[in-house]
This record gives sequence, structure tokens and C-alpha cells, in this order.
Amino acid sequence: MINLVCIICPRGCRLTVDEKHGNAVSGNLCPRGAAYALSEVTDSRRTITSTIKIEGSYCQRCPVKSERPIPKGLMFEAMKELNAASIKAPVKVGDVVLENVCGTGINFISTKTM
Amino acid sequence: MKNNYDVVIIGGGPAGLAAAISAYETGASVLVVERDREVGGILNQCIHNGFGLHYFKEELTGPEYAGKFADKLSQTEADVLIDTMVLKIENAGDIKKVHCISTENGYQIIDAKSVVLCMGCRERTRGAIAIPGDRPAGVLTAGTAQRYVNIEGWMPGKRIVILGSGDIGLIMARRMTLEGAKVLACIELCPYSNGLTRNIVQCLDDFDIPLYLSHTITDIVGRQRVEKVVVSKVDENRMPIPGSEFEIECDTLLLSVGLIPENELTKGAGIELDRRTNGAFVYENMQTSVDGIFASGNVVHVHDLVDFVTAESTKAGKAAAEYALGKRVDSNDCITVNNGPGVNYTVPQRIRTSNLDKVVEVFFRTNAVRGASVIKVLSGDTVVGEYKRERMAPGEMEKIVLPAAKLKALSADITVSVESL
Repeated sequence: MINLVCIICPRGCRLTVDEKHGNAVSGNLCPRGAAYALSEVTDSRRTITSTIKIEGSYCQRCPVKSERPIPKGLMFEAMKELNAASIKAPVKVGDVVLENVCGTGINFISTKTM
Repeated sequence: MKNNYDVVIIGGGPAGLAAAISAYETGASVLVVERDREVGGILNQCIHNGFGLHYFKEELTGPEYAGKFADKLSQTEADVLIDTMVLKIENAGDIKKVHCISTENGYQIIDAKSVVLCMGCRERTRGAIAIPGDRPAGVLTAGTAQRYVNIEGWMPGKRIVILGSGDIGLIMARRMTLEGAKVLACIELCPYSNGLTRNIVQCLDDFDIPLYLSHTITDIVGRQRVEKVVVSKVDENRMPIPGSEFEIECDTLLLSVGLIPENELTKGAGIELDRRTNGAFVYENMQTSVDGIFASGNVVHVHDLVDFVTAESTKAGKAAAEYALGKRVDSNDCITVNNGPGVNYTVPQRIRTSNLDKVVEVFFRTNAVRGASVIKVLSGDTVVGEYKRERMAPGEMEKIVLPAAKLKALSADITVSVESL
């Protein structure tokens, strides 16, 4: 039995995964919890939120996020790629600011129009 | 730019934006006054995700959540003054005079038929909790560090200790780690964390950052810059236990030790404050003790989720617009909501039953971590409502919904209490 806390929403359901019975999930109050638990025990992933250097705006940094969760083990590699890059204003919320992070096929997108 | 409006909203954070949109949609002319260079408030620096699950049914980052409201507001005819500080609100009977100052317009007095206070809250500092020791550089609040890193692009340190395990402290532990700093420890005075469990998991556990519960910082050492902090275990009365001290070498101490509603303007306007929330006493529609001045969001009580700030402010904005357009509420049938055992505060604190439609929502916090519990609402011996909960914690705001019909039939005040089962 693997015990987890669901991180999908602020409710924080306490989940149990029974790996001896086909990874049966219990303790979840919604289907997203079951999906999270399965992914957490097979292929743990996290959405990264950070910033990228922006030129030509009133701020130095533009907030960004990975459009989907990336493998947990690649978090620091992804941060390196992001901190080596820079963009120019204007940028709209949802625009891709860094493509194919760490070869995952997942893009970083802007979370602010600036 | 006009100098009189139906509704003037003080603060353009999540509360102010929601109140402005709601007041506009109710038919009022609206002005939002914001002291920063853009609207959005603290959400602009909260670049992490987790916002909007209740309101938008999707997970957004802070800037995305603020952006949706800023966009919506920009499509209305509401005016926004940025870079403008409100100095005082003068209550001249039916007209409120909002005194403000800015580089662009100088000193201005704007007339409002009603005002919504949406100033939010600010962080407690080292001074507020009186940590002894040297006074070197490198001691700052978690929110200040968050602004430096996420907006200005500066790293405040390399070896970090965080005091306080509220959500801001936890989020900053992850943020500093991702940006290459070493977060050595998160220290919490209480025997439990006040942060969401999911933040303990994804901000501390993911990066093997130790959380010391029932510990505090009893000394800060450093001549120019922080060199180390001294950590002590505390007893059940939260007093440091002599002999339990250990040192952590670090260059930065981040404080995440609570938020205080920012109520200088509120006090100046002669509005009655509640010592339990550090915010104004409010009625069921978020009006304060002064007719025509409303308040919502973290300036009233500190919320866990911005979604709840939005909901509360939508209510306040609508009520402020209705007041400006001539609606008056009879204050004679007023019920006080008292705290019983297990309850730290309630919002609203007062309910005018003549102003209720079908239901009224009452928000409150319990005073301890509890398992299965029952929330009881009594008026004398009359049971107004009973609500069961699986678990309760001071870090999680509770909401109960009271039926208007039951409240209207009461002759006495009500008391909300919590009992562990």
C-alpha cells in the first residue's frame, strides 16, 4: 500500500494505492484524484511555474508555466533551459515562450500579457 | 476623468477587481484606485498554480487569474487610477470623499456615493513577532522575497531558512529551491502546519526540505549579513525549551508568520473593527458599521483561497452599487453572530434579517485541529442548524449556509460553536 496526499486541488485528499491489486486507488473524492495517484506511482510529474527574462517591458521577468506536467526528475534541467532563455515584449497570456523543454515535447507558455 | 462616481473601490487586487465588475454590472458608475503600477495585487507575484479551481473550475496561476478579471474590467466603462494612493476616506453623510494622491494627478478628492474597501492585508514582520538577535541584512518577509524573485528578477540569498509553514512560506521554499538556492529548513511554531497539505507535499517533500514542527527561531546572528540562526524546540505553551537549541548556518531568513488586514483607512473613516479578525465588523451584505462603506476580501478577514475573495467581493460590489442607486436596509432586525466554544471568529458578524433572500453564508475558523466534528448554530435553545465535518483545522476556513426563513423567525442572537465527536 502506498499512501499519498493528492495535490490536484486544495482539498488534499489522503489517497491509498494498492499496488498488489492492480494499483486500485481509494480515498479520492473525485476522478482526478485517482488519475493523480496512478500517475504519481508510475510516472511522477509536476507542472513547473517560473519566470523567463523579458526585454522591453516594465518588468524584468515574465511569469510562465509548463503547459502540461513534466517528469519530476527533469525539473532542474527545465529550470536551466528556462533561465538561459529570454523573450521580447509584447507577449500574450498563453503564448509559447520556450518550446519542447528537455526534449519532452512540452512547451513553456506565458501566464501574463505584458 | 470624472471626480464623482457611484462606487469607488479602494484597491485593485482580486477583491477590488471582482467588486468593480459586480458593481458595474449592477448599474453603477465605478472607479478603482490602485497604488501599484498595474492591477492584480499580490496575484501578480503569485506565479504558482492552484488558483481558480472553485470559481473557474480550472487550475490557473496568479497572473492568469488576475488577468481574466483585469480583461473583463477593461471591457466595462469602469475607470481605473493606477499609481494612486488613497490617503483618507471622509464620511460626509451621503457622500464619501476619497482623498488620493499620485504623481500624475497630484492631490485629488473624489466623491463617491458608496465605497468598497479592498485593501487586502500585509505580512507580519520580524518586529511584529520580536525575534531577538542581531539586525543584519538578509531577514525579509516571504512575500517581499517573492516579489524580488518573481517580478524584479533578484535572488535574495543562497542558503535559506524559512520561519512559518503557512502557504506563502511553503511556496517560497519550492521557488527558492527551483531557482538554485538551498532551503535548509522550514521552522513552525505550532505542532501542525497552517499550510495546505498539498503544499507540504509538493513544496517540501518533493525537495527533501525538513519541516520542524513545534520549533521557533530564538536568535539571529550576523554582523553585516545573516550568518546563522538559532532554533529551539517549544513546549505546549509555545515557549522555547532551554537546552534544545541548535544552529543553522544560512545567509537569509524568510518570514511567513501571518498576515494582518490593512485597515488604516478603515480606522480613519471611523469604522468599527473586530479584534478577532483585525478587520471591520460586517453585515450580511459586507457593509461595515458606516452606511455606504463596504469591505471585502483579505481586508475583512484573511482568506485561504482567492476564489472565496472573489465570491465575497462580488457580493460587496453588488451591495455597494445598490446602495449608491438608492437602496437602504433596515438595521432594526439585526442578529449578532456570536462565537461559541471552538470558534475563533465569524464573518459576517451581524445579519439584518430583513435583507436576506433565501440563505446567508457564514464563514468562520475553528481554533484547533479536529477530527470528526459537528458545527452547531443555536439561538437560545433553538437549533438553527447542525453541520457535520470529517475534519477541521484553523488553516481551513469553514462555510455554513443558514436558511433565511429560520433566522427571520428568531427573537435572539445566534451562537456558532464546534464540538469534536
